[in-house]
Amino acid sequence: MKKAIVFNKVKKNFGKLEALKGIDLTIDEGEFFALLGPNGAGKSTLINILAGLMKSTSGSVKVMGHDVTSDYQNARRSLGIVPQELVFDPFFNVREMLRFQAGYFGKGRENDDWIDEVIEGLDLQDKANTNMRMLSGGMKRRALIAQALVHKPPVIVLDEPTAGVDVELRKKLWQFIKKLNQKGHTIVLTTHYLEEAETLCSRVAMMDQGKVVALDKTRNLLKRFSAKNLNLRLDLKGKKIPASIQRLIQKTDQNFITFLLKEIVEVEFIIGELKKSKIAILDMELTNSDLENVFLKLTGSKK
Amino acid sequence: MNFKDEFLGTWTLLKKELLRFWRVVFQTVAAPVITAVLYLLIFSHVLANHVKVYDNVNYTAFLIPGLIMMSLLQNAFANSSSSLIQSKVMGNIVFILLTPITYLQFFIAFLIASIVRGVFVGTCIYLFALLFVDLPMLHPWIIFGFAMIGGGLLGTFGIIAGIWSNRFDQMAAFQNFVIMPLSFLSGVFYSIHSLPPFWQKLSQLNPFFYMIDGFRYGFFGQSDVAPLLSLSIVAAFFIVLASITLGMLKSGYKLRG
Repeated sequence: MKKAIVFNKVKKNFGKLEALKGIDLTIDEGEFFALLGPNGAGKSTLINILAGLMKSTSGSVKVMGHDVTSDYQNARRSLGIVPQELVFDPFFNVREMLRFQAGYFGKGRENDDWIDEVIEGLDLQDKANTNMRMLSGGMKRRALIAQALVHKPPVIVLDEPTAGVDVELRKKLWQFIKKLNQKGHTIVLTTHYLEEAETLCSRVAMMDQGKVVALDKTRNLLKRFSAKNLNLRLDLKGKKIPASIQRLIQKTDQNFITFLLKEIVEVEFIIGELKKSKIAILDMELTNSDLENVFLKLTGSKK
Repeated sequence: MNFKDEFLGTWTLLKKELLRFWRVVFQTVAAPVITAVLYLLIFSHVLANHVKVYDNVNYTAFLIPGLIMMSLLQNAFANSSSSLIQSKVMGNIVFILLTPITYLQFFIAFLIASIVRGVFVGTCIYLFALLFVDLPMLHPWIIFGFAMIGGGLLGTFGIIAGIWSNRFDQMAAFQNFVIMPLSFLSGVFYSIHSLPPFWQKLSQLNPFFYMIDGFRYGFFGQSDVAPLLSLSIVAAFFIVLASITLGMLKSGYKLRG
């Protein structure tokens, strides 16, 4: 299978800080790939080097076989980047911006049909002649995605595309992106919404502190780190959870305490310990592990 | 990328830059034209009988080419510098940086857009000035040549300022501490022969002086310095600044981290 993106020993230093510590990563053509990690993991630095917005300290990056430094024109023609920030040019309307963006890639009026298709696909018809300044956040996000697609790039990178976007729009965006993937476009996604990566992406790389800490098919990762969550709503009434089961607590929110189970028999143990301490269980649910658990295990961090 | 694609890329960026200033034409064209016309009305009225310039050239006529060139230079600088600083601050510069546009295409598009705005403002001032005075145009090609190279020089300087500045106040420092003093101390309102020797020598270090003096020669056939010398000096400044700008763009200085 042809390689869409190859990162080869990519390092990036900012003074003494090692933001990327030698990233080796290959993404195949046609993949729907997720790049996950907390803030400061190095995801955006990696994307910026891929996009040519930043230079690596060492190592190389290729897009569809084109080096992003020595053959940057062909590399950029193969790449559509949706930036994380809601940036826009206040002087122009949506259609003008899309035409300009296509023009930078050497595409003229013959590309107008595709621009119409992108506008329609992203539900921007009503706003096509509206100034970018007048668009809502969600609409600006759609226009940014449209801008990344105007030159029909085979590889599309979306850097946190659904941050701050409402649920309905998020669904529409994913439908559109999924269609692009089905048509053969390679999609790379960075996100904080782990459930998005879990449902959409066939393969996942998890980054932490400038390194890839896990790289596998999503289902393999979930299987490898298979575990169950026991979510309990407790009537504590000022009592403390026994020390014997505190080590199993993964997270606590207002309603539920989540215990991470390695084996199902631990359910019995937890309930027994709570009984001993006379803590009543008000509600209970057992769920499968998700990417968030995998991520927390890999990075050793707690929410 | 073939030549057709590169040409279309450059043309698109140029068109975007031209449309950008045209969308705010009151600010980018009408305002500097009105300012120049006010200078003309006030200074020609106040100084007409006090400042001695060339023989056979009245002070109002003398003033006009200087005002045209000064506005042309200031607006050429403003076009590239304000476009770049706005794009950097708002973040939309990425739309260009993500494309296959080369550093040379980038330079050409910003340069031409700056020249066009400068020349357009200058032409408007010229047309307004014709209402007040009959202005000769003895050497139109010299006028054209100085307009092009002057606009190009300041457009290039504007690119340097736009790339170097990270904030609007840094850009304002360029405007207020470099462009304005050089404009006003360039002989727009007087001939440097009327200055004491020290100030004459100092004026000769100012590139704006040569641009205005040479431009004025195109109208009256008279100047403080030989026009060929002025053109050579301005061309040398342009080559130096263009080389610096191309170096900055090629290395991605302050644009690509």
